Amino acid sequence: MPDVKYFPLLWAGLFRKKIRTILTWLSVAIAFTLFGLLQAVEVAFTAGADALDAKRLLTTARYSVIEPLPLAHLRQIEQVPGVTAVAYGEWFGAKYQNEGHAFPVLAVEAERYLDMYSEFTISREQREAFVKTRAGAVAGRRLVDRYGWKLGQKLPLSSEIHPKADGSTSWEFELVGILDADDPTVRGNTDVVWINAAYFNEGRMTGKDKTGWYVVRIDDPQHVRSVAAAIDARFANSPDETKTQPEKEFAIGFARQIGDIGALVVRILAAVFFTILILTGNTMAQSIRERSHELAVLKTLGFSDRRITALVLAEAILLLFLGAGAGLGAAAVLLPALNGVTGGRFPPLLVSADIWGLGAAVALVLALLVGVPPALRARRLMIVEALAGRA
Amino acid sequence: MGNLVEIRGVTKVYRRGRETIEVLRRIDLDIAAGDFVALMGPSGSGKTTLLNLIGGLDRPTAGSVVFDGHRIDQLPSGLLSQWRAAHVGFVFQFYNLLPALSAQRNVELPLLLTRLSAAQRRQRAEIALALMGLGDRASHKPKELSGGEEQRVAIARAIVSDPELLVCDEPTGELDRGTADEVLALLQMLNRDHGKTVVMVTHDPKAADYAHRRLQIDKGTLVDGPCPT
Repeated sequence: MPDVKYFPLLWAGLFRKKIRTILTWLSVAIAFTLFGLLQAVEVAFTAGADALDAKRLLTTARYSVIEPLPLAHLRQIEQVPGVTAVAYGEWFGAKYQNEGHAFPVLAVEAERYLDMYSEFTISREQREAFVKTRAGAVAGRRLVDRYGWKLGQKLPLSSEIHPKADGSTSWEFELVGILDADDPTVRGNTDVVWINAAYFNEGRMTGKDKTGWYVVRIDDPQHVRSVAAAIDARFANSPDETKTQPEKEFAIGFARQIGDIGALVVRILAAVFFTILILTGNTMAQSIRERSHELAVLKTLGFSDRRITALVLAEAILLLFLGAGAGLGAAAVLLPALNGVTGGRFPPLLVSADIWGLGAAVALVLALLVGVPPALRARRLMIVEALAGRA
Repeated sequence: MGNLVEIRGVTKVYRRGRETIEVLRRIDLDIAAGDFVALMGPSGSGKTTLLNLIGGLDRPTAGSVVFDGHRIDQLPSGLLSQWRAAHVGFVFQFYNLLPALSAQRNVELPLLLTRLSAAQRRQRAEIALALMGLGDRASHKPKELSGGEEQRVAIARAIVSDPELLVCDEPTGELDRGTADEVLALLQMLNRDHGKTVVMVTHDPKAADYAHRRLQIDKGTLVDGPCPT
């Protein structure tokens, strides 16, 4: 591939017809903005499932995941054979500062939840502080880094779902710990805040002594189905029937409620990129046709057929990468606003390093598809014919 | 001085659809190093075709083209490109500058094929432009230059990599008399003071006066005897 000294030549070739190039670049950028947004949605819904423990089950209300369950279920679930530990939590639904800053906040029983999710790491001191501090909260490393939070600071959160007993929606917590993870896939799930369920239960206006779900650890993954059935059997025909399933199944099923995100994304992006391929391919082909004479002049100066081919390909790559970079950058800027719209109900959307990498790969493939035909034409250009205007 | 270019028995035939056109017919020609040769003849006589063969832009259908003892007509495409870059500078009737590049960048183009650093390329281009009296026009694009200035930039580009041979196809064809004389004087200076061998195709007898000798070509063959003035 040509090195950086050819950049002025590439740039001049690309912007020979400024308006045409800018419009092409813009269409590529818009396509990659869509790519970034859709990929972020797809990854958010499917990621994290792989990091879940095969020995954990999730027990929710049978007919709707938003229906709470009585805290009284706890003792009964603990008594089911095969169950080794039970924790519980509830969706708090919070915003931090403004609409654009929404992330998952869970009200949990501190010790049980920390024991249940041992893949998260927290120092012993911070763990004790969380257990002992009524209004304490622990936040995931990614959130702490994003907002620059410090231990000991106040964390004001507003909940649109759970007003306080006095009617206000503003809650205040003290940040006493940071959740982290050594495993990168688990670290991807540290966009979360945990608050103490007891403090929350005391201060909430409605839904006292209820919880959103139970997380159940079992002794053997082979017993997943039997233990799940046994738990549900305990509450069958009661006012608070349950549905128990492996945690991973729940995570994937939750995403599928929206639709098969992955298939939808692929279809949309395939249509978008096919259009880009035609548009950009036509632009490149036209540009090279118009520059036959210039390319012949370069050949007279000693630029070999191979070098000319590489220059044309490099031009296509430059155009696609400029567009892809701008598009993914725009997606990265837009996504925090979308996070606000979801109210933190869904996993945070962001353009991860993997999405950038995938975007680069797609841009490269498109560039080659778009650049190879005109590059071959340029390679085959006969100097004498082209200089005489007969190419 | 020995011969820089030796052409023996060169024939060039083109095919246009079913038609076969013999443009050059068994040409023999020697060009000594340091010579300044004007190729003259009517339109369609084969002058530009001969020039293209001398400059390595095309290959003969038959015969040989030898440059400094090496047959260039048998070089593979890649090596022929390298040879052109190292040994030949081209000056065209319509200048053939890249319109999106400044004069400086146009002159630097042949140097992109060398291992020179960016600073070295810039310096050499500046020297070439200064030699052409265009030191203050380096940042201008071709559309901001007059015809004569464009041709001088083209000559600067042709000499920047210090080739032995300058191949010029109607270099004054688009210029007025005064500007043409300036350009021809530059070519003469490059030949006289810098030892460049110049082969120039021209219709203009006044342009041919700058050359050491004239060669007349008609219907694909070199005509013996003095060229008509």
